[in-house]
Amino acid sequence: MIEARDLTKRFGRQTAVDRLSFTVAPGTVTGFLGPNGAGKSTTMRLILGLDRPQAGTATINGRLYRDLASPLRTVGALLEAKSVHSGRSARNHLLFLAQTQGISSHRVDEVLGLVGLHDVAGKRAGGFSLGMSQRLGIAAAMLGDPQYLLLDEPVNGLDPEGVLWIRNLMKQLAAEGRTILVSSHLMNEMAVTAEHLIVIGRGRLIADGSTEDVIARSTQKSVRVRSPEAARLAGLITAAGGKAAPPGGLGAANGTDVLTVTGLEAPRIGELAASASIVLHELTPQLASLEEAFMELTSGSLEFGSHDARFEAQPASAADERLR
Amino acid sequence: MTPASPVTPARMPALPARGHRAGFGHLLLAEWTKIRSVRSTLWTLILFAVVTLGFTALFTALTVHAVNQGRAAGRAAAVVADPTSFILGTGLALGQLAICVLGVLVITSEYSTGVIRASLLAEPRRIIMLAAKASVFAALVLVIAEIVSFCSFFLGAAIARSLVHVSLGDPGVTRAVIGAGLYLTVLGLFALAIGTLIRHTAGAITTVIGLVLVVSPLANLLPYSWGAHIHEYLPTVAGALITADHQQAGQLLSPWQGFGVFCLWTALLLAAATYLLQRRDA
Repeated sequence: MIEARDLTKRFGRQTAVDRLSFTVAPGTVTGFLGPNGAGKSTTMRLILGLDRPQAGTATINGRLYRDLASPLRTVGALLEAKSVHSGRSARNHLLFLAQTQGISSHRVDEVLGLVGLHDVAGKRAGGFSLGMSQRLGIAAAMLGDPQYLLLDEPVNGLDPEGVLWIRNLMKQLAAEGRTILVSSHLMNEMAVTAEHLIVIGRGRLIADGSTEDVIARSTQKSVRVRSPEAARLAGLITAAGGKAAPPGGLGAANGTDVLTVTGLEAPRIGELAASASIVLHELTPQLASLEEAFMELTSGSLEFGSHDARFEAQPASAADERLR
Repeated sequence: MTPASPVTPARMPALPARGHRAGFGHLLLAEWTKIRSVRSTLWTLILFAVVTLGFTALFTALTVHAVNQGRAAGRAAAVVADPTSFILGTGLALGQLAICVLGVLVITSEYSTGVIRASLLAEPRRIIMLAAKASVFAALVLVIAEIVSFCSFFLGAAIARSLVHVSLGDPGVTRAVIGAGLYLTVLGLFALAIGTLIRHTAGAITTVIGLVLVVSPLANLLPYSWGAHIHEYLPTVAGALITADHQQAGQLLSPWQGFGVFCLWTALLLAAATYLLQRRDA
């Protein structure tokens, strides 16, 4: 089990991680989700003892990272930033890591095969593509056959084939009972990989629960309604306790015939319209996309958020990737 | 690239029992792999040997030629008075810069490439990591520097034969030649400490070379006797005393005392470097 308790890290006046507490259970893939700059990488570095927290502790199996007897055989880590000398070959990079732990060079060849880098093992790592570097990072993490894995944005820069490979790898490793914490800023990626989600924003915990729960809790259902008498209908909906707004937020073009209704189910809206003899041209229940759910969850916690309402109201083009 | 299909490694017999700390010997081996597997190590050491031997030969030959033509009588007296420093001095003065660069690179290249994170994940006890790195680097420099130092002496002595006869059997000469290798080794550690403190290659190299090439000669220009004191106690000035075969008149420190002062400076810097390495985020 990986456990963070009241973890706090400040860089100057900036608080990167703010009294963060969570646990990561074995046997599942735990997604560590948050927008860029939310403090995911910093939290991982705190767990790994690379950064010193101002307060709180992070333990692995009850111990601080620096107290682990053979760290690479306990914890495998893939950090977002590169950690390979561009002039050193992939094999030599893995070899020196193996030697620090008394791991044999056979194991180096084995992990090279595992990630599919066998043919380029002798090449300088500086010439590697992003995808190959990522594979080398995975190989380094797997070197000690560790029980715990911390992967920071592992699918960054990978082609679809590589993404699929990482997903399956993580699932299989979790099925073997290992503890896996994987960070991402992509909700969709986490939805298909992780069984458990820890969501942070501005260094604070926003949500911690099973992936389904987190998504269900944050997904706001809405109904799209089109009617020539939209304004009259909007009044009725408001009176019935719902909220009706033209798409694109309040203040969007007047005279539109489209409403986005929240707080009322589609049948109820239909009944309201019928009782007032309002013609409906469209009545469509909508589920927010995962991106929308994520934005909902982390809104107000964006480090570099756009403060322009127009941008915030447009949930990316990924709206086609619906939840269910 | 085709992704490898099997995902899980079989439990390896190659893995020793968990919870068993790998010894310092493993770390030394790992640091040796690191230092030998980048090209800059080889090139810097080749540069060191070529520059040191080349300039020793060149300067000794030029001086001997000038003296033989009767154009440098004063210089001849100085050469005869202290032939060992004369032979070792010029080559070392330039060759030492390569050792400074290597000492800095050994640690700053880890910061610039991010390898430092991999290193510290493998050995989170940072002082142990630095100790292993410093040991391997010092051992490598010691071996190379002693070889180059002896070659440099034999080469210079052969060229200077018509002017002055000097051999390893003369008093203090063997100590001075071995001392030149020791001086370079400690200089390498000195540079390593500064590299650890500054963490940026360019800044650290500039600092080390500035200390060696600029600050030392400048301090020599200080007036009054305290100027001489400051000058002689500067790290590389004190350290280089060990490359002379005997203590010159007016010198405050004996060869070994000077070397001791240099070691002290280096130990202080290494202590400061270790302290900051432990405290700073990697």
